[in-house]
Amino acid sequence: MRRWLLAALVLLIGKLRRRRALPPGRPVREPDRRAENITFLFLLGAMAAAAAFIVVYFANPDTQFLGATLGLALVLLAGACAVAGKRVVPQIEGVKERPELGDAFEQDEVMSVIAEGGEGVTRKRFFLLAGGGAAGLVGAALLTPALSCGPEANRVLSLSPWQRGRSLVDERDEPIAAAGIVVGELVTAFPSGADKEDIASPVIVVRVRPDELDLPDDRRGWAPEGLVAYSKICTHAGCAVSEYRYPSYGPTAPGPAVVCPCHYSTFSVTEGGKRIFGPAGRALPQLPLAIDDEGYLVADGDFSGRPGPSWWGVRQ
Amino acid sequence: MTGNPQRGRELYLTGCQSCHGFAARGIPGTAPSLHGVGAASADFYLSTGRMPLDDPHAQPDRTEPAYDRQSIADLVAYIGSLGGPAVPQVDVVGGRLNLAEGQRLFTENCAACHQIVGRGGVMAGAFVPTLLEATPRQVVEAARVGPYVMPRFSEAQLSDRELASIARYVQYAKHPENPGGWALFDVGPVPEGMVAWLIGLLALVLVIRMLGRNDAP
Repeated sequence: MRRWLLAALVLLIGKLRRRRALPPGRPVREPDRRAENITFLFLLGAMAAAAAFIVVYFANPDTQFLGATLGLALVLLAGACAVAGKRVVPQIEGVKERPELGDAFEQDEVMSVIAEGGEGVTRKRFFLLAGGGAAGLVGAALLTPALSCGPEANRVLSLSPWQRGRSLVDERDEPIAAAGIVVGELVTAFPSGADKEDIASPVIVVRVRPDELDLPDDRRGWAPEGLVAYSKICTHAGCAVSEYRYPSYGPTAPGPAVVCPCHYSTFSVTEGGKRIFGPAGRALPQLPLAIDDEGYLVADGDFSGRPGPSWWGVRQ
Repeated sequence: MTGNPQRGRELYLTGCQSCHGFAARGIPGTAPSLHGVGAASADFYLSTGRMPLDDPHAQPDRTEPAYDRQSIADLVAYIGSLGGPAVPQVDVVGGRLNLAEGQRLFTENCAACHQIVGRGGVMAGAFVPTLLEATPRQVVEAARVGPYVMPRFSEAQLSDRELASIARYVQYAKHPENPGGWALFDVGPVPEGMVAWLIGLLALVLVIRMLGRNDAP
């Protein structure tokens, strides 16, 4: 198998080399209209794809479409550069002895010689326009996402579906009975009536023995019957914190914690979501819980901090 | 196989009481009480060879069971007589089980730690065991008992039928169907990504090589 792969590789490289060794039959100075047309087409395509990226960004910012349009724009731009470099711009190299440039007349002469270098290209103006347009549009497309860091970002990121009295539901929108959660079990919950894909929506609910709890002093009453809730989104890179370890016998095993499967950030569920291991920079935000008259779980306020991955300025 | 709790008690006194105590009420800091843990827990720990454990502070790993089947049944009968859930009856051959549902539930509830084909891995502070040798009954027992640091799954979260579907998927995942290509020992996406990188990089190098061809004389 490996020998065959090697043989194929050697053949392929050999073929490339042989073709290169052929004498260049193409007259260099003759304009290649077909190559120019292809370059134009590529540049126009790159412009269209870059424009599409900007449209997609504002209309329907789906990462698949964003990636596809930007990728297409870059590929077409690269194609245009490749064709232009190989077939449109004259490929000739020469070294010519020159005396020192003494006066303005000689300088003018040199300038004209350099200008003649581009004679093989027709429609130069059009070329410049298309190239500049493509570069400008692709550049604009690359800069557009910076708008996401604007003042709107802070407002959007601080929106939270959680408030006092909002009930917790499971993924089938059924309310969650407090008594149904046993010690050692991990339950994922969402705010009723909210978008489950919102970064502030998913929470994990676990029950620990009340004597295990070691919450900060200002969070007394946040954990009725030892039920605690935390944002399910890791504060490091925004993965879903989906691993739960609860020792069946505490003294001989690691303590109760949730673990993010991406980079093993570990948060203690008995100590208010404190980070005890891994790359996350801050604790998991805790959601104050209450139990309503019918025994179902409701939120007793908003998170203790901002849910979601950390970015500049958000470390609390 | 029915066990004899009297003989189980005798085996307990020779093999288990040094950590779990004479009355099976545990020794603080060393081992938990066995009152109320149930036959399911005892069957899981003994049939997977996780108990008896040499060092009470080590993670119990799967080994060859220390007792023969009759002795395990006797010990399970004794621990069961102290109260707690019974050994579950699991029938994964039954027609109502759905392999696709089992895979979906395994993905949602188990794969984060055990990996999608159950080959295990690591988590902070513990090793996640492979499920290659787990029998359907052991899978169901582990989910209900939550051994070592594994979380528990109550019946509200996974019904008996759903759990049996998961157990069936675990049996399937021991020898998953590979529709083509190299399975890479089913260890997951890391080596597959490496292969993609190596082949993709080679292709890129060839493209660069072709682009860099110089036609000038």
